[in-house]
Amino acid sequence: MANRYSLWSLIKNGLKHHESWQPAWKSPQPKKNYDVIIVGGGGHGLATAYYLAKEHGIKNVAVLEKGYLGGGNTARNTTIIRSNYLWDEAAHLYEHGLKLWEGLSQDLNFNVMFSQRGVMNVGHTLQDMRDIERRANANLLNGVDAVVMTPQEIKDMVPLIDISHRTRYPIMGASFQPRGGVARHDAVAWGFARGASELGVDIIEQCEVTGLIIEGGRIKGVNTSRGDIMADRVGCVAAGNSSVLAKMAGLRLPLESHPLQAFVSESMKPCIDTVVMSNAVHGYVSQSDKGELVIGAGIDSYLGYGQRGSPHVIEHTAAAIIEMFPSFSRVRMNRQWGGIVDVSPDACPIISKTRIKGLYFNCGWGTGGFKATPGSGNVFAHTIAHDDPHPLNRAFSLDRFATGHLIDEHGAAAVAH
Amino acid sequence: MLVITCPYCQEAREEEEFSYAGEAYIARPAVPEEVDDATWGDYVFHRKNPRGWHWEQWQHVAGCRKVFAVKRHTVSYEIAGSWTLADGKALYLEEQA
Repeated sequence: MANRYSLWSLIKNGLKHHESWQPAWKSPQPKKNYDVIIVGGGGHGLATAYYLAKEHGIKNVAVLEKGYLGGGNTARNTTIIRSNYLWDEAAHLYEHGLKLWEGLSQDLNFNVMFSQRGVMNVGHTLQDMRDIERRANANLLNGVDAVVMTPQEIKDMVPLIDISHRTRYPIMGASFQPRGGVARHDAVAWGFARGASELGVDIIEQCEVTGLIIEGGRIKGVNTSRGDIMADRVGCVAAGNSSVLAKMAGLRLPLESHPLQAFVSESMKPCIDTVVMSNAVHGYVSQSDKGELVIGAGIDSYLGYGQRGSPHVIEHTAAAIIEMFPSFSRVRMNRQWGGIVDVSPDACPIISKTRIKGLYFNCGWGTGGFKATPGSGNVFAHTIAHDDPHPLNRAFSLDRFATGHLIDEHGAAAVAH
Repeated sequence: MLVITCPYCQEAREEEEFSYAGEAYIARPAVPEEVDDATWGDYVFHRKNPRGWHWEQWQHVAGCRKVFAVKRHTVSYEIAGSWTLADGKALYLEEQA
């Protein structure tokens, strides 16, 4: 790697007043032809390009991004990583991702600041607790770590949480995945971009795809704001804008794009060293390395591409957090944002071939795509390279909405979707 | 916060009074027994999900509880108008033609 990061490189560049660092990735002009084009330069798209080059030897690849790298949902989520899904297919897919996260910083030679601080899913009703027990057992059978906790154990781990019976929805227990955690969102995009660029992938920013060139049921290339670019294989990883891309190919997807909002507080001293999520009161919170509380909740109900939602959703989220953490009621919020999430009917992704030869879609991650970034890129790269799905994403095909083999994680996982 | 006019109550009210009820005017296959799985799957699950003007249903849950049609832009969130489902359908079909 041309500019490998290490303690030695830090000292060397420090002595040169940090003026001779090289850009982490190249910004070439688009060529006329590629073997594979990836549409969408977020975490998933960059990871796909990285694994195509690294594991499948396909290096003549372009990643086309209409804005800047990782400026969409990669930068607009709450960075929670876990794999405690109920159904086998989903658990295996997300666990594959989690295992890749565990070695990602070393693999990329880029610190993605993956912190395995654990993820706690709190239950507030008897049915919540039954679902939690069921899911924890299912997780253990699938080799995913899971612990069921009592309110006192929760209190010992998170002293600020209110486990009393004064609350409207008293906390009755939780599931805990110790290997879950958070990572730094930008670093994931940058790390994959740098890794892919080193391997010869062209990363092209400010290049919007405006059309797909299809002849005789085969993809031939894409029209972009920077001219036509040809390729026999095109992978679309455009999250909230997937339906827009699909329409260019005359396809319909089972997706609805919704705004999902999140917000962060002012920086505070460390007060919560894990991730606490509640599906019943509907909110989740963790503390970033800068000391901000990172808070999120559910989607706005309506369709929206506007990267903003309605204020009453924020109010409900804040109410849920204060229900669990009364002491946060005086915390001031710093900033708030919205991302566009592509929600599928069964809350599971679509990583699939399409009826157009050479056109692939990786979408429908809904509100939980960040945690899967390396896993998603890894199996999607396999799907594109072999024109055949990886065993882990075979069940996540577009066909399942015709055959009825849905993977119903909506609510089944007892986590905030 | 969207401000939606209920065509039955004839009043503009805040979004919290309403509940979103999905894409409007999805045509159910006339003879369900005769369509193939792909067509049925398309009817049940697939959506237009447009980036632009969208015909959708809202229910006035905290008011008259009736469902009506709204034409709303999915990027600017601007609302072009709201109609009873029957009145809206005529306009919708006119636009589609």
